[in-house]
Amino acid sequence: MTGVMALRMAPLSARIGLAIVALYLFCLLFAPLVAPYGETEIVGGPWAGGFWDPAAEGPATLLGTDHLGRDVLSRLIYGARNSITLALLTTTLSFLTGTILGLLAAVRGGVVDQVLGRLVDLVMAFPTLIFALLVLAVAGSTLPVLIGVIALLDATRVFRIARAAAMDVAAQDFVEVARLRGEGTGWIMRREILPNIVVPLAAEFGLRFCFVFLFIATLSFIGLGIQPPTADWGSMVRENAAAISFGILMPLFPAGAIALLTIGINLVIDWAAAGHHGVSDER
Amino acid sequence: MHGVLAMIAQRIALGVATLFVISMLVFLAVDMLPGDPAEAILGQSATPASLAALRQELGLNKPLVVRYADWTAGLMRGDFGRSLANDRPISELIAPRLGATLSLAALAAAIALPLGVLLGILSTVHRDRALDRVASTASLLAISFPEFFTAYMLVACFSVGLGWLPAISLSSQGGFVETLTMLALPALTLSLAVIGYVLRMTRAAIMGVMASPYVEMARLKGVGPWGVVVRHALPNALSPIINVVIINLAYLVVGVVVIEVVFVYPGLGQLLVDSVAKRDIPVVQACCMLFAGTYIGLNLLADILALLANPRLRRPRQQEARA
Amino acid sequence: MTNHGYPDRRSLLLGAGALGAAQLLPSRAFAQAPKRGGAFRVGISDFATSDSLDPTLVETQFSQHLQWQLRNNLVEAGPGGKLVPELAESWEGSKDAKTWTFKLRKGVTFHDGKSLTPADVVHSFNTHRRDGSKSMTKPILAQIATVKADGPDAIVFELVDGNVGFPALTSSVGLVIIPDGDTDYRRGMGTGGYILEQFEPGVRSRVKRNPNYWKAGRGNFDTVEMICIKDATARANALLTGQIDAYNAVDPRTVALLERNSAVRINRVKSKAHFAFPMMVDQAPFASNDVRLAMKYAIDREEIVKRVLGGFGSPGNDHPLSAAYEFYDGSIPQRAYDPDKAKFHLAKAGEANLRVQLHVSETPFAGATDAAVLFKAHAAKAGITVDVAKEPEDGYWSSVWNKKPLCTSRWSGRINDDVLLTLGYSDTGTKAGWNETRINNPRLNTIVAEARKEFDTGKRRALYSEAQRIIHDEGGSNIFAFADFLDATSRKLAFGELAGDWMLDGCRASERWWFA
Repeated sequence: MTGVMALRMAPLSARIGLAIVALYLFCLLFAPLVAPYGETEIVGGPWAGGFWDPAAEGPATLLGTDHLGRDVLSRLIYGARNSITLALLTTTLSFLTGTILGLLAAVRGGVVDQVLGRLVDLVMAFPTLIFALLVLAVAGSTLPVLIGVIALLDATRVFRIARAAAMDVAAQDFVEVARLRGEGTGWIMRREILPNIVVPLAAEFGLRFCFVFLFIATLSFIGLGIQPPTADWGSMVRENAAAISFGILMPLFPAGAIALLTIGINLVIDWAAAGHHGVSDER
Repeated sequence: MHGVLAMIAQRIALGVATLFVISMLVFLAVDMLPGDPAEAILGQSATPASLAALRQELGLNKPLVVRYADWTAGLMRGDFGRSLANDRPISELIAPRLGATLSLAALAAAIALPLGVLLGILSTVHRDRALDRVASTASLLAISFPEFFTAYMLVACFSVGLGWLPAISLSSQGGFVETLTMLALPALTLSLAVIGYVLRMTRAAIMGVMASPYVEMARLKGVGPWGVVVRHALPNALSPIINVVIINLAYLVVGVVVIEVVFVYPGLGQLLVDSVAKRDIPVVQACCMLFAGTYIGLNLLADILALLANPRLRRPRQQEARA
Repeated sequence: MTNHGYPDRRSLLLGAGALGAAQLLPSRAFAQAPKRGGAFRVGISDFATSDSLDPTLVETQFSQHLQWQLRNNLVEAGPGGKLVPELAESWEGSKDAKTWTFKLRKGVTFHDGKSLTPADVVHSFNTHRRDGSKSMTKPILAQIATVKADGPDAIVFELVDGNVGFPALTSSVGLVIIPDGDTDYRRGMGTGGYILEQFEPGVRSRVKRNPNYWKAGRGNFDTVEMICIKDATARANALLTGQIDAYNAVDPRTVALLERNSAVRINRVKSKAHFAFPMMVDQAPFASNDVRLAMKYAIDREEIVKRVLGGFGSPGNDHPLSAAYEFYDGSIPQRAYDPDKAKFHLAKAGEANLRVQLHVSETPFAGATDAAVLFKAHAAKAGITVDVAKEPEDGYWSSVWNKKPLCTSRWSGRINDDVLLTLGYSDTGTKAGWNETRINNPRLNTIVAEARKEFDTGKRRALYSEAQRIIHDEGGSNIFAFADFLDATSRKLAFGELAGDWMLDGCRASERWWFA
């Protein structure tokens, strides 16, 4: 099935998802061309109105200005670049680690399972924020450390879900058969188990992806996280959240940007996972 | 069932060992942080003389190993020790906070967990129909807003706008209705995210086994969608669902610092963050042990439930492979 | 720099009967006769789980408020910095300012009914002075040689050296008076307007009115509850929903929005708190005064005040005194942003491509990172490369400040000009670990020591003026802004002139305010 064919057969939901993802990718690639103003350029007073407020002073801004008077639309567009790259990198890293280790634990069992399980327990038994707080305070709040910490924390959650799902599959007869045939661990992991747990894992991927934004926003809430003046959606919500109590809707835009991307990616994943699995419901 | 008991005993032993490793790691980690409790307490006004005096008073000139040994010995006697920062008994500091954290977690869990699982099952039964799509999109929306932002929106709406519920959850009166009102907004905020997460994972877990031959078989036999999901698919998807429920339960106890800050709710998380900032190692230790204990206990529960739920895992041969 | 409408500080020598000619605060409730009653609930941003009632450890504004609810000093620092007699009815210094006699007020009792005696005062001071004391007030009490009771109602302090500002020192929060022999600070025993009911460090405190309080028109509320609220938005929400009546540290960005609400009043007060990028004058490249001048010319103070402080502040002039200090010299020309002059000084120093590392964290003040990033942009136009190095917030004061050659700093107000200059800019301050720029100017050291002994206000003014000029011209501190204090209160509250030494009326709102 070629890509074009697949697209043509895709349900409406998947097409919407693809359109959303494409829009974000476009912003990511061409931010300086699309954005009406610079990333850190001050264009007006704080929290000036946008298109809904024709009386707003200062230069025309579609979505208004943020707490320092910077154009919200421009920062959203630049933010796409920082936010998506970061989230993608972190989530991929955590899934590679988590899934491989989870499958290994489920298939090999015994000592491997015990050692991995205890190590993960150890990390998970720490409160997430405290773990991040300690590591970031000791190692400094730089981007690589941030990615490493979040990926490690997420990987433990992925490990648990991958292991639990894989355990159920590993107890099935066809895996027994493969074992009796003398297939290696790698083969069983790849060919027998992975295809059967891809649905819960894909769902988890969609969620974890947006959790990265949320976690960074949460870290900035307690004073760590991405440092200003870099635009990223999580921090944009954080910096402007105070406005919501006064009926200013500005923080809804970055929050909406996160939500929309989450929805888009999950629509695509639902479709892709279903296709891969061959369980698209024939009704 | 003898095997199950052995496994439980083994897990408890491992849990205790994990707690010890954690206590050592925490001690080391907090010690590695720049600055010590004396510096953290005195802040900018620290002078060499006052620092030396305070260090002496706090017993910080003893070596790390000795301080750790003292603390462990105290713990064995059931004594958490005293806070370095304000010299109060730690049990006295922690008890009210633990109560606060647990009551909030309990309320949020009581709302969110059953609702999340139920909606997840409903979504599978009505998969790809309106209910499923609405639930799916709404749950994504709910979990893709940062918690503090959901909290601010709820406050803007229910407290500042409508004036129905208090904006901060600190109350001196302790009546049941009063307490419930105070807890309403933080519990609601937490519930929204947890419902979304549990719903999606439940749905995914059930969908994962929908393709199995026996489900196909049941469907071909003409079992209705409810029957297929509840009687055939659900039992086999139980272990990941239990896992998700437990992870979220642990999260409700451990991970609510931000909600505590926004609603000025005096829970354990806030105490832990403050104590890290003040390098108050005994309090950090005590909180971490409580959190780790909660987590390990819940995990044990998850393992046992998963074991009971999946008959295949109970087969002796499999058990050997696990042990 | 404009004068902020502050009345001249008065001579602080004889406190009894000193009157303030104060007015002109942008927002104040019209003073009327205070009324009694009501439950005052206030949200405080600055607190710690390590807060205690130990007078030797008063590190947060929360504990400062609590101390002054429960206890009194010998002397109270009133609005505008004027000294008001508190437990001391009057005081008098010898000609050389070395011997100070304080007359104790009669008929004052502690909450448990015990009468106030000179022994209580001696014990309170010795709590800080004793060997092995961890007190943060100890360094400023090093000048006391002896404290003795003199008869039933007088205390005599013998100082090592003359100090005309000594009475002002006794108003510092650590020097509250506790009963003789008291070491169980948790009881909160004192002579103050309120009696302790409940204190949960890092959560809240509750006090009730002291029915036998000796001050007229003070301590008016039936109860005062302080609530620790770290998050600025949560503080605002609590006020908007009527769960609290006042809070401190308003987020400057929300001032305009809060003012739309007719039930809310914003109190904006000029403060003594300043923000700085201190350079160590004994470290390369800042050992050269031309480099220091270049750095001072390479910063656009107006823009930082506008963007980082939201306009709620005033530009600094590279010396630490603001108009809120008695001997502030407003005639020193305001240093302006001038990249060309900066380049000129760089060339003179032979540092045409100066590159420096600026260590910053949000610990000194919120927005410090923004200020550093702005400075980086300003300095670039003068050919200076400023590398902003972000440091962890925890442990900033101990491992970065006063350690790195160029960092970010904040100074809260000090009781008087002498304390500030002695701590921050003299060799004594270097020994005490407070002189962040390591300036060691012989003339400056002499001025500070001389002015301390000078009873003649005119001569003191001249000396302090010279000190300000020296620091302005040769000092290492790039002092770019003074902050305004922003508090929000319900319009139901009433108060007189607001003090500018701390937020919420000098941390004495519970004592001074009332419900209209």
